[in-house]
Amino acid sequence: MTSKISRRAFLKGSITAAGSVVATTGIARAAKSITREKQEPLVTLLDISKCIGCEECVFACQQANADKYPEPEKPFPKMYPTSKVPVEDWSDKKDVIDRLTPYNWLFIQHASAIVNGEQIDLTIPRRCMHCDNPPCVKLCPWGSAKQEENGLSRIDPDLCLGGSKCKTVCPWKIPERQTGTGLYLNLLPAFAGNGVMYKCDRCYNRLEKGEVPACIEACPEDVQTIGPRSEILKKAHALAREMNGYIYGENENGGTNTIYVSPVPFEELNKSIEKGKGKPHLNKVKDMMADGTNLAKAMILAPIAGVAAAFGKFYLSSKEDK
Amino acid sequence: MKTTGKTRKYIYTITLFFITLSGFAQMPIFKRYYIADIPGFGWLAQFYVTHIMHYIAAIVLIALVTYILIDFMFNRSRLIKITRTGYLGILVLAGLIVTGVLMVFKNLSNIYFGHTTIIVLDLTHLSLCMMLLFVSFYSVIRKKSWVI
Repeated sequence: MTSKISRRAFLKGSITAAGSVVATTGIARAAKSITREKQEPLVTLLDISKCIGCEECVFACQQANADKYPEPEKPFPKMYPTSKVPVEDWSDKKDVIDRLTPYNWLFIQHASAIVNGEQIDLTIPRRCMHCDNPPCVKLCPWGSAKQEENGLSRIDPDLCLGGSKCKTVCPWKIPERQTGTGLYLNLLPAFAGNGVMYKCDRCYNRLEKGEVPACIEACPEDVQTIGPRSEILKKAHALAREMNGYIYGENENGGTNTIYVSPVPFEELNKSIEKGKGKPHLNKVKDMMADGTNLAKAMILAPIAGVAAAFGKFYLSSKEDK
Repeated sequence: MKTTGKTRKYIYTITLFFITLSGFAQMPIFKRYYIADIPGFGWLAQFYVTHIMHYIAAIVLIALVTYILIDFMFNRSRLIKITRTGYLGILVLAGLIVTGVLMVFKNLSNIYFGHTTIIVLDLTHLSLCMMLLFVSFYSVIRKKSWVI
């Protein structure tokens, strides 16, 4: 459910916040968060060989998150330019469960593969991977998406304007948009924004209460396990060794907090699964934030270069004076 | 000496142009408003390209600002005086660099800033950018120099 914030309140809040940052809270809090002792991220392990595709996790996800689903106001405001701003409305298709939608944050993907000369069918629960360094969070221009220290990333429905940048930069195109809901309605709905982006938030509210995500709890086959990164990675590698299997998610996009273990190579699974809108691939993914990270390191040299150039000039001019 | 000043001005103007353009491109507006459809401007809708461009321009800007600062302290502080417009511009520029560097740090892996901190940083950076543009245009239009 999204709470309403008036345009005046939003602008007032923004100006007040902007005014106070340099002097007080912003930098102080940033410094505090830098120095705070780090919590080891929680990682989920999915043993694909156990999944029977019963969709209990899908229904549990829908039930647990029903109060977070959008309730768009209709008719939608006219958005300009009309040819460039697609209306994305899933409010009449809430029962779609064969792909990701704003009302379905987890779905089952089907794959066939040959194992030991025998054809087997595999089912794979798919949702947000909760990347180590999530581009959706880091590149959101408004800070609407956030990452928590336990490794989950989520989108704040009260702040998201539905620009869909998070989806564009996500290597798996996970977030899905619902038009006609959220803060943009109270700002300039005709010219900026287009709803709210939705995706799995790994049941952050359940985790806060010490409960496990609904999909994990509901699974009758114990497909998923959640735990600290080091522990889960150890388990994943042991499991892969045991089944002579393969791992996905450990290194994708520089590392994620979702680890799949499969008896079949993921290249094979990727060829078999249906891919497309709301149906993510299983390709290898390079670290999308790596170039930025390398340039950030180079940024440390920038002031040194400036100082060197200034002293170089000083040295040359003093030599000329002599 | 004159050539150095001109070069410095050109580097600053080009950097400011690209850093502002790539900064605005962080918002999903260029595709919506047909700018990215103009031949040769398609890259403005590619967020990873503009992100990298913003970082490169920031590296040049930080190096240039450090150079000017050290040069002023050691070579020119007795020769020139900073005007009131200049102080305002410098203050805004300093704010942009501080918030920008914090945001670069935030974008590194395993760095968690509080949600409010991120929102405040984003909005402050954007507001300071608008202020810098205002001060820069005011300086050009009213022929107000930052130093005399």
